Amino acid sequence: MANGTVTIPRFEHRSIGEYIGIVVVLALVVSSIASTAPQLDALGRGIERLFAPSGLLAQMFPPDISRIDRISLKLLETLQMAVAGAALGLIFAVPFAILATDRLSPHPLVRAAARGVIALFRTIPDLVWAIFFIIMVGLGPAAGVLAIMVDKIGFAGRFFAEAMEEADTGPQDALRAIGASRMGIIFSAVFPACLPSFTATSLFALEKAVRGSAALGLVGAGGIGVDLKVAFDLFNYDEALTIILMLFALVMIVEQGSSWIRSKLI
Amino acid sequence: MNAPLRAAANKTDPALAGSVLSVSQLAKSFDGRIVLNGLDFTVKAGVATALIGANGSGKSTLMKCLIRLIEPSTGRIEMLGQDVLSLSPRGLRAFRAQVGVVWQKHNLVPRLSALSNVVHGVQARMSGPRAWFQSLAPDTVRAEALDCLDRVGLADRALQRVDSLSGGQQQRVAIARMLMQRPRIILADEPDASLDPQSGEEVMRLLSGLARQDGLTLIIISHRMEHTLEFSDHILGLQQGKIVMDRPTPGTDAAQLRRFFEHQE
Repeated sequence: MANGTVTIPRFEHRSIGEYIGIVVVLALVVSSIASTAPQLDALGRGIERLFAPSGLLAQMFPPDISRIDRISLKLLETLQMAVAGAALGLIFAVPFAILATDRLSPHPLVRAAARGVIALFRTIPDLVWAIFFIIMVGLGPAAGVLAIMVDKIGFAGRFFAEAMEEADTGPQDALRAIGASRMGIIFSAVFPACLPSFTATSLFALEKAVRGSAALGLVGAGGIGVDLKVAFDLFNYDEALTIILMLFALVMIVEQGSSWIRSKLI
Repeated sequence: MNAPLRAAANKTDPALAGSVLSVSQLAKSFDGRIVLNGLDFTVKAGVATALIGANGSGKSTLMKCLIRLIEPSTGRIEMLGQDVLSLSPRGLRAFRAQVGVVWQKHNLVPRLSALSNVVHGVQARMSGPRAWFQSLAPDTVRAEALDCLDRVGLADRALQRVDSLSGGQQQRVAIARMLMQRPRIILADEPDASLDPQSGEEVMRLLSGLARQDGLTLIIISHRMEHTLEFSDHILGLQQGKIVMDRPTPGTDAAQLRRFFEHQE
Protein backbone atom coordinates (compact mmCIF):
# COMPACT_ATOMS: atom_id res chain seq x y z
CA MET A 1 0.00 0.00 0.00
CA ALA A 2 1.46 3.38 -0.97
CA ASN A 3 -0.30 6.76 -0.64
CA GLY A 4 -3.59 4.96 -0.07
CA THR A 5 -3.49 3.09 -3.40
CA VAL A 6 -3.04 -0.66 -3.78
CA THR A 7 0.30 -1.68 -5.28
CA ILE A 8 -0.09 -4.69 -7.52
CA PRO A 9 3.11 -6.64 -8.19
CA ARG A 10 4.08 -6.66 -11.86
CA PHE A 11 5.17 -10.29 -11.81
CA GLU A 12 3.71 -13.25 -10.00
CA HIS A 13 5.90 -14.52 -7.18
CA ARG A 14 7.48 -17.87 -8.02
CA SER A 15 9.20 -20.37 -5.77
CA ILE A 16 12.88 -21.34 -6.04
CA GLY A 17 11.77 -24.75 -7.37
CA GLU A 18 9.86 -23.12 -10.22
CA TYR A 19 12.90 -20.98 -11.14
CA ILE A 20 15.10 -24.07 -11.14
CA GLY A 21 12.56 -25.84 -13.36
CA ILE A 22 12.56 -22.99 -15.87
CA VAL A 23 16.39 -22.90 -15.97
CA VAL A 24 16.57 -26.69 -16.50
CA VAL A 25 14.07 -26.56 -19.40
CA LEU A 26 15.93 -23.64 -21.03
CA ALA A 27 19.27 -25.45 -20.61
CA LEU A 28 17.81 -28.57 -22.22
CA VAL A 29 16.48 -26.62 -25.21
CA VAL A 30 19.73 -24.66 -25.77
CA SER A 31 22.01 -27.69 -25.36
CA SER A 32 19.83 -29.76 -27.70
CA ILE A 33 19.92 -27.10 -30.43
CA ALA A 34 23.67 -26.60 -29.97
CA SER A 35 24.50 -30.30 -30.25
CA THR A 36 22.13 -31.46 -32.99
CA ALA A 37 20.88 -28.54 -35.12
CA PRO A 38 22.84 -27.77 -38.32
CA GLN A 39 25.56 -25.13 -38.16
CA LEU A 40 24.59 -21.97 -39.98
CA ASP A 41 27.54 -22.11 -42.39
CA ALA A 42 26.78 -25.75 -43.30
CA LEU A 43 23.11 -24.84 -43.80
CA GLY A 44 24.14 -21.94 -46.04
CA ARG A 45 26.35 -24.20 -48.17
CA GLY A 46 23.51 -26.72 -48.44
CA ILE A 47 21.02 -24.11 -49.63
CA GLU A 48 23.60 -22.86 -52.13
CA ARG A 49 24.01 -26.40 -53.52
CA LEU A 50 20.23 -26.89 -53.65
CA PHE A 51 19.77 -23.86 -55.91
CA ALA A 52 23.00 -24.30 -57.95
CA PRO A 53 22.59 -24.70 -61.79
CA SER A 54 23.30 -28.43 -61.45
CA GLY A 55 21.83 -28.72 -57.96
CA LEU A 56 19.01 -30.91 -56.65
CA LEU A 57 16.20 -28.53 -57.62
CA ALA A 58 17.52 -28.10 -61.19
CA GLN A 59 17.69 -31.88 -61.58
CA MET A 60 14.14 -32.28 -60.27
CA PHE A 61 12.59 -30.02 -62.91
CA PRO A 62 10.77 -30.72 -65.08
CA PRO A 63 9.23 -33.74 -63.35
CA ASP A 64 9.59 -36.99 -65.31
CA ILE A 65 6.15 -38.44 -66.08
CA SER A 66 7.33 -41.23 -68.35
CA ARG A 67 6.50 -43.87 -65.71
CA ILE A 68 3.32 -42.25 -64.50
CA ASP A 69 1.26 -45.42 -65.09
CA ARG A 70 3.45 -47.47 -62.72
CA ILE A 71 3.61 -44.62 -60.21
CA SER A 72 -0.20 -44.34 -60.33
CA LEU A 73 -0.56 -48.04 -59.62
CA LYS A 74 1.88 -47.82 -56.71
CA LEU A 75 0.03 -44.76 -55.44
CA LEU A 76 -3.21 -46.75 -55.55
CA GLU A 77 -1.45 -49.52 -53.61
CA THR A 78 -0.35 -46.92 -51.06
CA LEU A 79 -3.92 -45.71 -50.66
CA GLN A 80 -5.18 -49.29 -50.36
CA MET A 81 -2.56 -50.03 -47.70
CA ALA A 82 -3.65 -46.95 -45.77
CA VAL A 83 -7.35 -47.73 -46.05
CA ALA A 84 -6.92 -51.42 -45.17
CA GLY A 85 -4.52 -50.73 -42.30
CA ALA A 86 -6.63 -47.88 -40.90
CA ALA A 87 -9.89 -49.86 -41.20
CA LEU A 88 -8.45 -52.93 -39.47
CA GLY A 89 -6.78 -50.74 -36.84
CA LEU A 90 -9.99 -48.85 -36.10
CA ILE A 91 -12.02 -52.06 -35.86
CA PHE A 92 -9.56 -53.63 -33.41
CA ALA A 93 -9.15 -50.34 -31.52
CA VAL A 94 -12.80 -50.45 -30.39
CA PRO A 95 -12.57 -53.56 -28.14
CA PHE A 96 -9.23 -52.43 -26.76
CA ALA A 97 -10.73 -49.01 -25.99
CA ILE A 98 -13.77 -50.57 -24.28
CA LEU A 99 -11.54 -52.74 -22.12
CA ALA A 100 -9.39 -49.69 -21.29
CA THR A 101 -12.37 -47.58 -20.15
CA ASP A 102 -12.95 -47.36 -16.39
CA ARG A 103 -16.73 -47.82 -16.41
CA LEU A 104 -16.87 -50.45 -19.15
CA SER A 105 -13.92 -52.70 -18.37
CA PRO A 106 -14.89 -55.94 -16.62
CA HIS A 107 -11.93 -55.84 -14.21
CA PRO A 108 -9.16 -53.39 -13.20
CA LEU A 109 -6.49 -55.88 -14.30
CA VAL A 110 -8.09 -56.18 -17.75
CA ARG A 111 -8.22 -52.39 -17.95
CA ALA A 112 -4.55 -52.07 -17.01
CA ALA A 113 -3.58 -54.70 -19.58
CA ALA A 114 -5.63 -53.02 -22.35
CA ARG A 115 -4.12 -49.64 -21.52
CA GLY A 116 -0.66 -51.20 -21.58
CA VAL A 117 -1.21 -52.70 -25.03
CA ILE A 118 -2.56 -49.40 -26.39
CA ALA A 119 0.42 -47.51 -24.94
CA LEU A 120 2.84 -50.05 -26.41
CA PHE A 121 1.24 -49.83 -29.88
CA ARG A 122 1.21 -46.03 -29.72
CA THR A 123 4.72 -45.38 -28.47
CA ILE A 124 6.61 -47.56 -30.93
CA PRO A 125 6.85 -45.70 -34.30
CA ASP A 126 5.13 -47.25 -37.33
CA LEU A 127 8.49 -47.57 -39.14
CA VAL A 128 9.72 -49.86 -36.37
CA TRP A 129 6.51 -51.88 -36.58
CA ALA A 130 7.05 -52.09 -40.36
CA ILE A 131 10.52 -53.57 -39.89
CA PHE A 132 9.10 -56.01 -37.35
CA PHE A 133 6.35 -57.17 -39.73
CA ILE A 134 8.74 -57.36 -42.72
CA ILE A 135 10.71 -59.91 -40.69
CA MET A 136 7.44 -61.66 -39.87
CA VAL A 137 5.61 -61.72 -43.23
CA GLY A 138 8.26 -60.57 -45.71
CA LEU A 139 8.69 -57.49 -47.90
CA GLY A 140 5.60 -55.94 -49.45
CA PRO A 141 2.32 -54.23 -48.66
CA ALA A 142 1.11 -56.87 -46.16
CA ALA A 143 3.81 -55.75 -43.73
CA GLY A 144 2.77 -52.15 -44.32
CA VAL A 145 -0.89 -52.90 -43.64
CA LEU A 146 -0.02 -54.67 -40.38
CA ALA A 147 2.24 -51.80 -39.31
CA ILE A 148 -0.49 -49.23 -40.01
CA MET A 149 -3.05 -51.42 -38.24
CA VAL A 150 -1.00 -51.69 -35.06
CA ASP A 151 -0.17 -47.98 -35.12
CA LYS A 152 -3.86 -47.10 -35.51
CA ILE A 153 -4.93 -49.42 -32.67
CA GLY A 154 -2.61 -47.37 -30.47
CA PHE A 155 -3.74 -44.02 -31.89
CA ALA A 156 -7.50 -44.63 -32.07
CA GLY A 157 -7.61 -46.88 -29.00
CA ARG A 158 -6.44 -44.02 -26.83
CA PHE A 159 -8.84 -41.45 -28.28
CA PHE A 160 -11.79 -43.85 -28.38
CA ALA A 161 -11.20 -44.70 -24.70
CA GLU A 162 -10.95 -41.01 -23.78
CA ALA A 163 -14.21 -40.29 -25.62
CA MET A 164 -15.97 -43.13 -23.79
CA GLU A 165 -14.60 -41.95 -20.43
CA GLU A 166 -16.00 -38.47 -21.10
CA ALA A 167 -19.42 -39.66 -22.34
CA ASP A 168 -22.39 -38.62 -20.16
CA THR A 169 -22.89 -41.38 -17.61
CA GLY A 170 -26.59 -40.58 -17.05
CA PRO A 171 -27.98 -42.61 -19.99
CA GLN A 172 -25.63 -45.49 -19.09
CA ASP A 173 -26.86 -45.50 -15.49
CA ALA A 174 -30.47 -45.34 -16.67
CA LEU A 175 -29.98 -48.45 -18.82
CA ARG A 176 -28.05 -50.22 -16.07
CA ALA A 177 -30.95 -49.47 -13.73
CA ILE A 178 -33.40 -51.32 -15.97
CA GLY A 179 -31.14 -54.36 -16.17
CA ALA A 180 -29.60 -53.80 -19.60
CA SER A 181 -26.55 -55.91 -20.43
CA ARG A 182 -23.04 -54.46 -20.72
CA MET A 183 -23.17 -54.78 -24.51
CA GLY A 184 -26.61 -53.18 -24.54
CA ILE A 185 -25.30 -50.19 -22.59
CA ILE A 186 -22.25 -49.87 -24.84
CA PHE A 187 -24.17 -50.01 -28.12
CA SER A 188 -27.28 -48.12 -26.99
CA ALA A 189 -25.80 -45.35 -24.87
CA VAL A 190 -22.01 -45.14 -25.18
CA PHE A 191 -21.44 -45.47 -28.93
CA PRO A 192 -24.19 -43.03 -30.00
CA ALA A 193 -22.81 -40.45 -27.54
CA CYS A 194 -19.26 -40.96 -28.84
CA LEU A 195 -20.14 -41.04 -32.54
CA PRO A 196 -18.89 -37.50 -33.36
CA SER A 197 -15.62 -38.11 -31.56
CA PHE A 198 -15.19 -41.59 -33.09
CA THR A 199 -15.83 -40.18 -36.56
CA ALA A 200 -13.29 -37.38 -36.14
CA THR A 201 -10.66 -39.77 -34.75
CA SER A 202 -11.28 -42.29 -37.55
CA LEU A 203 -10.86 -39.66 -40.25
CA PHE A 204 -7.67 -38.33 -38.65
CA ALA A 205 -6.43 -41.91 -38.45
CA LEU A 206 -7.07 -42.35 -42.17
CA GLU A 207 -5.25 -39.10 -43.01
CA LYS A 208 -2.35 -40.15 -40.80
CA ALA A 209 -2.32 -43.58 -42.42
CA VAL A 210 -2.13 -42.13 -45.94
CA ARG A 211 0.77 -39.84 -44.99
CA GLY A 212 2.52 -42.61 -43.07
CA SER A 213 2.05 -45.33 -45.70
CA ALA A 214 4.35 -43.50 -48.13
CA ALA A 215 7.18 -43.57 -45.60
CA LEU A 216 6.68 -47.27 -44.87
CA GLY A 217 7.84 -48.11 -48.39
CA LEU A 218 11.25 -46.65 -47.53
CA VAL A 219 11.92 -49.71 -45.36
CA GLY A 220 10.34 -52.12 -47.86
CA ALA A 221 6.82 -52.36 -46.53
CA GLY A 222 5.14 -51.74 -49.89
CA GLY A 223 3.56 -48.73 -51.52
CA ILE A 224 4.98 -45.71 -53.33
CA GLY A 225 7.77 -45.25 -50.78
CA VAL A 226 9.78 -48.05 -52.42
CA ASP A 227 9.73 -46.23 -55.76
CA LEU A 228 10.59 -42.93 -54.09
CA LYS A 229 13.62 -44.50 -52.41
CA VAL A 230 14.75 -46.15 -55.65
CA ALA A 231 14.35 -42.85 -57.54
CA PHE A 232 16.54 -41.04 -55.02
CA ASP A 233 19.08 -43.89 -54.87
CA LEU A 234 19.43 -43.85 -58.70
CA PHE A 235 19.59 -40.01 -58.75
CA ASN A 236 16.32 -39.89 -60.76
CA TYR A 237 15.32 -36.71 -58.99
CA ASP A 238 12.85 -35.71 -61.73
CA GLU A 239 10.94 -38.95 -61.21
CA ALA A 240 11.18 -38.45 -57.44
CA LEU A 241 9.52 -35.06 -57.87
CA THR A 242 6.66 -36.66 -59.84
CA ILE A 243 6.13 -39.14 -56.99
CA ILE A 244 6.25 -36.39 -54.37
CA LEU A 245 3.74 -34.25 -56.29
CA MET A 246 1.35 -37.17 -56.79
CA LEU A 247 1.66 -38.12 -53.15
CA PHE A 248 0.95 -34.52 -52.19
CA ALA A 249 -2.17 -34.56 -54.40
CA LEU A 250 -3.36 -37.83 -52.83
CA VAL A 251 -2.88 -36.55 -49.28
CA MET A 252 -4.69 -33.30 -50.15
CA ILE A 253 -7.62 -35.19 -51.68
CA VAL A 254 -7.93 -37.45 -48.64
CA GLU A 255 -7.68 -34.49 -46.23
CA GLN A 256 -10.28 -32.48 -48.14
CA GLY A 257 -12.55 -35.52 -48.38
CA SER A 258 -12.29 -36.25 -44.67
CA SER A 259 -12.94 -32.57 -43.82
CA TRP A 260 -16.09 -32.72 -45.95
CA ILE A 261 -17.25 -35.96 -44.29
CA ARG A 262 -16.55 -34.47 -40.85
CA SER A 263 -18.62 -31.39 -41.66
CA LYS A 264 -21.51 -33.59 -42.83
CA LEU A 265 -21.47 -36.15 -40.01
CA ILE A 266 -20.54 -34.16 -36.91
CA MET B 1 -53.46 -49.60 -28.07
CA ASN B 2 -51.81 -50.30 -24.72
CA ALA B 3 -53.14 -53.80 -24.18
CA PRO B 4 -49.74 -55.48 -23.67
CA LEU B 5 -48.84 -53.10 -20.88
CA ARG B 6 -52.10 -53.53 -19.05
CA ALA B 7 -52.07 -57.27 -19.50
CA ALA B 8 -48.69 -57.39 -17.79
CA ALA B 9 -49.83 -55.18 -14.95
CA ASN B 10 -53.20 -56.81 -14.33
CA LYS B 11 -52.18 -60.43 -14.02
CA THR B 12 -52.62 -61.90 -10.56
CA ASP B 13 -49.37 -61.61 -8.69
CA PRO B 14 -48.96 -62.85 -5.12
CA ALA B 15 -46.16 -60.38 -4.54
CA LEU B 16 -48.52 -57.54 -5.29
CA ALA B 17 -51.29 -58.79 -3.00
CA GLY B 18 -50.04 -57.02 0.14
CA SER B 19 -46.94 -54.93 0.59
CA VAL B 20 -44.80 -54.66 -2.50
CA LEU B 21 -41.83 -53.19 -0.66
CA SER B 22 -40.65 -53.82 2.85
CA VAL B 23 -37.54 -52.12 4.21
CA SER B 24 -36.10 -52.91 7.62
CA GLN B 25 -33.13 -51.41 9.45
CA LEU B 26 -31.70 -50.02 6.22
CA ALA B 27 -28.54 -48.01 6.76
CA LYS B 28 -25.97 -46.40 4.51
CA SER B 29 -22.85 -44.42 5.39
CA PHE B 30 -20.34 -42.72 3.13
CA ASP B 31 -16.88 -42.45 4.71
CA GLY B 32 -18.35 -42.58 8.22
CA ARG B 33 -21.09 -40.03 7.41
CA ILE B 34 -24.48 -41.60 8.10
CA VAL B 35 -26.96 -40.90 5.29
CA LEU B 36 -29.59 -43.55 6.04
CA ASN B 37 -30.00 -44.45 9.68
CA GLY B 38 -31.93 -47.68 10.19
CA LEU B 39 -35.04 -47.11 8.06
CA ASP B 40 -38.17 -49.23 8.52
CA PHE B 41 -41.20 -48.85 6.27
CA THR B 42 -43.51 -50.72 3.94
CA VAL B 43 -45.21 -49.72 0.72
CA LYS B 44 -48.48 -51.32 -0.32
CA ALA B 45 -49.15 -52.53 -3.84
CA GLY B 46 -50.81 -50.03 -6.16
CA VAL B 47 -50.24 -47.13 -3.77
CA ALA B 48 -48.54 -43.87 -4.78
CA THR B 49 -46.08 -43.01 -2.02
CA ALA B 50 -44.39 -39.61 -1.84
CA LEU B 51 -40.93 -39.52 -0.31
CA ILE B 52 -40.29 -36.05 1.08
CA GLY B 53 -37.46 -34.39 2.93
CA ALA B 54 -34.96 -31.57 2.71
CA ASN B 55 -31.86 -31.74 0.52
CA GLY B 56 -29.39 -34.19 2.02
CA SER B 57 -32.05 -36.07 4.00
CA GLY B 58 -31.23 -39.27 2.09
CA LYS B 59 -34.15 -39.56 -0.35
CA SER B 60 -32.13 -40.15 -3.52
CA THR B 61 -29.70 -42.44 -1.69
CA LEU B 62 -32.66 -44.49 -0.47
CA MET B 63 -34.08 -44.68 -3.98
CA LYS B 64 -30.74 -45.90 -5.36
CA CYS B 65 -30.31 -48.38 -2.51
CA LEU B 66 -33.69 -49.93 -3.36
CA ILE B 67 -32.34 -51.14 -6.72
CA ARG B 68 -28.74 -51.43 -5.51
CA LEU B 69 -27.31 -48.69 -7.68
CA ILE B 70 -25.82 -47.86 -4.28
CA GLU B 71 -25.07 -50.80 -2.01
CA PRO B 72 -26.60 -50.31 1.47
CA SER B 73 -24.28 -50.76 4.47
CA THR B 74 -26.75 -52.90 6.43
CA GLY B 75 -30.43 -53.77 6.54
CA ARG B 76 -32.93 -55.68 4.48
CA ILE B 77 -34.97 -54.80 1.40
CA GLU B 78 -37.74 -57.04 0.19
CA MET B 79 -39.28 -55.84 -3.04
CA LEU B 80 -41.58 -57.70 -5.41
CA GLY B 81 -41.17 -60.80 -3.27
CA GLN B 82 -37.38 -60.85 -3.54
CA ASP B 83 -34.65 -60.31 -1.01
CA VAL B 84 -32.92 -57.56 -3.00
CA LEU B 85 -29.63 -57.53 -1.10
CA SER B 86 -28.97 -61.23 -1.62
CA LEU B 87 -29.51 -61.24 -5.39
CA SER B 88 -26.73 -62.50 -7.65
CA PRO B 89 -25.59 -60.19 -10.50
CA ARG B 90 -27.86 -62.09 -12.91
CA GLY B 91 -30.74 -62.04 -10.43
CA LEU B 92 -30.20 -58.33 -9.83
CA ARG B 93 -30.49 -57.63 -13.57
CA ALA B 94 -33.73 -59.60 -13.75
CA PHE B 95 -35.04 -57.78 -10.65
CA ARG B 96 -34.12 -54.33 -11.98
CA ALA B 97 -35.98 -55.16 -15.19
CA GLN B 98 -39.22 -55.09 -13.17
CA VAL B 99 -38.53 -51.70 -11.61
CA GLY B 100 -39.16 -48.61 -13.72
CA VAL B 101 -37.07 -45.60 -12.79
CA VAL B 102 -37.71 -42.00 -13.85
CA TRP B 103 -34.81 -39.71 -13.01
CA GLN B 104 -34.60 -36.02 -12.23
CA LYS B 105 -32.58 -35.64 -15.42
CA HIS B 106 -34.23 -37.62 -18.18
CA ASN B 107 -31.00 -39.54 -18.97
CA LEU B 108 -31.94 -40.19 -22.58
CA VAL B 109 -29.35 -40.73 -25.33
CA PRO B 110 -29.38 -37.27 -26.95
CA ARG B 111 -28.34 -38.16 -30.49
CA LEU B 112 -30.96 -40.87 -30.91
CA SER B 113 -34.62 -40.52 -31.85
CA ALA B 114 -37.41 -40.61 -29.29
CA LEU B 115 -38.46 -44.00 -30.65
CA SER B 116 -34.97 -45.53 -30.29
CA ASN B 117 -34.80 -44.25 -26.72
CA VAL B 118 -38.14 -45.86 -25.94
CA VAL B 119 -37.07 -49.11 -27.63
CA HIS B 120 -34.16 -49.18 -25.13
CA GLY B 121 -36.74 -49.96 -22.45
CA VAL B 122 -37.18 -53.43 -23.94
CA GLN B 123 -33.63 -54.25 -22.80
CA ALA B 124 -35.24 -55.08 -19.48
CA ARG B 125 -36.45 -58.34 -21.05
CA MET B 126 -34.58 -58.67 -24.34
CA SER B 127 -30.91 -58.35 -25.26
CA GLY B 128 -29.01 -58.16 -28.53
CA PRO B 129 -28.86 -55.68 -31.42
CA ARG B 130 -32.64 -55.74 -31.94
CA ALA B 131 -33.04 -53.89 -28.65
CA TRP B 132 -30.43 -51.23 -29.44
CA PHE B 133 -32.07 -49.08 -32.13
CA GLN B 134 -35.59 -48.70 -33.47
CA SER B 135 -34.35 -49.45 -36.99
CA LEU B 136 -33.21 -52.94 -35.90
CA ALA B 137 -36.13 -53.66 -33.56
CA PRO B 138 -38.76 -56.31 -34.45
CA ASP B 139 -42.15 -54.99 -35.58
CA THR B 140 -43.80 -55.97 -32.29
CA VAL B 141 -41.23 -54.03 -30.26
CA ARG B 142 -41.52 -50.97 -32.53
CA ALA B 143 -45.31 -51.08 -32.27
CA GLU B 144 -45.17 -51.32 -28.48
CA ALA B 145 -42.64 -48.47 -28.31
CA LEU B 146 -44.89 -46.34 -30.52
CA ASP B 147 -47.80 -47.21 -28.26
CA CYS B 148 -45.81 -46.06 -25.22
CA LEU B 149 -44.96 -42.79 -27.00
CA ASP B 150 -48.64 -42.42 -27.84
CA ARG B 151 -49.56 -42.81 -24.17
CA VAL B 152 -47.30 -39.87 -23.28
CA GLY B 153 -48.63 -37.87 -26.24
CA LEU B 154 -45.49 -37.93 -28.38
CA ALA B 155 -46.21 -40.48 -31.11
CA ASP B 156 -45.92 -37.70 -33.70
CA ARG B 157 -42.34 -36.98 -32.54
CA ALA B 158 -41.19 -40.60 -32.73
CA LEU B 159 -38.37 -40.05 -35.20
CA GLN B 160 -37.26 -36.69 -33.84
CA ARG B 161 -33.91 -36.56 -32.06
CA VAL B 162 -34.56 -36.21 -28.34
CA ASP B 163 -32.08 -33.36 -27.97
CA SER B 164 -34.37 -31.30 -30.20
CA LEU B 165 -37.34 -31.77 -27.83
CA SER B 166 -38.25 -29.51 -24.89
CA GLY B 167 -37.36 -30.52 -21.31
CA GLY B 168 -40.93 -31.59 -20.58
CA GLN B 169 -41.12 -33.64 -23.78
CA GLN B 170 -37.80 -35.32 -22.98
CA GLN B 171 -39.09 -36.28 -19.55
CA ARG B 172 -42.20 -37.73 -21.21
CA VAL B 173 -39.99 -39.79 -23.54
CA ALA B 174 -38.18 -41.06 -20.43
CA ILE B 175 -41.56 -42.07 -18.99
CA ALA B 176 -42.40 -43.87 -22.25
CA ARG B 177 -39.07 -45.74 -22.02
CA MET B 178 -39.98 -46.73 -18.47
CA LEU B 179 -43.43 -47.97 -19.65
CA MET B 180 -41.71 -49.99 -22.38
CA GLN B 181 -39.97 -51.84 -19.60
CA ARG B 182 -43.40 -53.14 -18.42
CA PRO B 183 -42.46 -52.38 -14.80
CA ARG B 184 -44.29 -53.68 -11.74
CA ILE B 185 -43.21 -50.75 -9.59
CA ILE B 186 -42.10 -47.21 -10.51
CA LEU B 187 -39.45 -45.18 -8.70
CA ALA B 188 -39.42 -41.50 -9.68
CA ASP B 189 -36.63 -39.28 -8.36
CA GLU B 190 -37.84 -35.67 -8.67
CA PRO B 191 -39.13 -36.00 -12.23
CA ASP B 192 -40.46 -32.43 -11.98
CA ALA B 193 -37.31 -30.83 -10.59
CA SER B 194 -35.64 -29.59 -13.76
CA LEU B 195 -38.88 -28.47 -15.44
CA ASP B 196 -40.84 -25.23 -15.40
CA PRO B 197 -43.92 -25.34 -13.11
CA GLN B 198 -46.39 -26.10 -15.91
CA SER B 199 -44.28 -28.85 -17.53
CA GLY B 200 -43.49 -30.25 -14.07
CA GLU B 201 -47.17 -30.54 -13.26
CA GLU B 202 -47.93 -32.12 -16.65
CA VAL B 203 -45.22 -34.72 -16.11
CA MET B 204 -46.42 -35.51 -12.58
CA ARG B 205 -50.04 -35.77 -13.72
CA LEU B 206 -49.02 -38.05 -16.59
CA LEU B 207 -46.86 -40.29 -14.40
CA SER B 208 -49.47 -40.54 -11.67
CA GLY B 209 -52.25 -41.18 -14.21
CA LEU B 210 -50.31 -43.93 -15.99
CA ALA B 211 -49.45 -45.63 -12.70
CA ARG B 212 -53.11 -45.58 -11.60
CA GLN B 213 -54.28 -46.72 -15.04
CA ASP B 214 -51.97 -49.75 -14.95
CA GLY B 215 -52.40 -50.39 -11.22
CA LEU B 216 -48.67 -49.87 -10.56
CA THR B 217 -47.02 -48.96 -7.30
CA LEU B 218 -45.38 -45.54 -7.46
CA ILE B 219 -42.69 -44.17 -5.16
CA ILE B 220 -42.02 -40.58 -5.99
CA ILE B 221 -39.67 -37.90 -4.66
CA SER B 222 -40.85 -34.34 -5.11
CA HIS B 223 -39.93 -31.08 -3.43
CA ARG B 224 -43.17 -29.43 -4.46
CA MET B 225 -45.73 -29.69 -1.66
CA GLU B 226 -48.70 -29.26 -3.97
CA HIS B 227 -47.51 -32.23 -6.05
CA THR B 228 -47.06 -34.35 -2.94
CA LEU B 229 -50.60 -33.62 -1.81
CA GLU B 230 -52.18 -34.01 -5.24
CA PHE B 231 -50.42 -37.05 -6.62
CA SER B 232 -49.74 -39.34 -3.66
CA ASP B 233 -51.79 -41.65 -1.45
CA HIS B 234 -49.21 -41.92 1.29
CA ILE B 235 -46.33 -39.78 2.54
CA LEU B 236 -43.00 -40.86 3.98
CA GLY B 237 -40.95 -38.01 5.45
CA LEU B 238 -37.19 -38.40 5.81
CA GLN B 239 -35.11 -36.34 8.20
CA GLN B 240 -31.39 -36.91 8.68
CA GLY B 241 -31.67 -40.45 7.37
CA LYS B 242 -34.68 -41.44 9.49
CA ILE B 243 -38.37 -41.80 8.72
CA VAL B 244 -40.10 -39.13 10.82
CA MET B 245 -43.41 -39.01 8.94
CA ASP B 246 -45.40 -42.03 7.77
CA ARG B 247 -49.03 -41.15 7.12
CA PRO B 248 -51.74 -41.27 4.45
CA THR B 249 -52.01 -38.20 2.23
CA PRO B 250 -55.77 -37.78 2.77
CA GLY B 251 -55.99 -35.84 6.01
CA THR B 252 -52.61 -34.18 5.48
CA ASP B 253 -52.59 -30.52 4.53
CA ALA B 254 -50.07 -28.02 3.25
CA ALA B 255 -49.58 -26.51 6.71
CA GLN B 256 -48.49 -29.88 8.12
CA LEU B 257 -46.03 -30.37 5.29
CA ARG B 258 -44.72 -26.84 5.75
CA ARG B 259 -44.16 -27.56 9.44
CA PHE B 260 -42.35 -30.76 8.49
CA PHE B 261 -39.99 -28.87 6.21
CA GLU B 262 -39.50 -26.08 8.76
CA HIS B 263 -38.34 -28.65 11.32
CA GLN B 264 -35.71 -29.79 8.86
CA GLU B 265 -33.97 -26.40 8.95
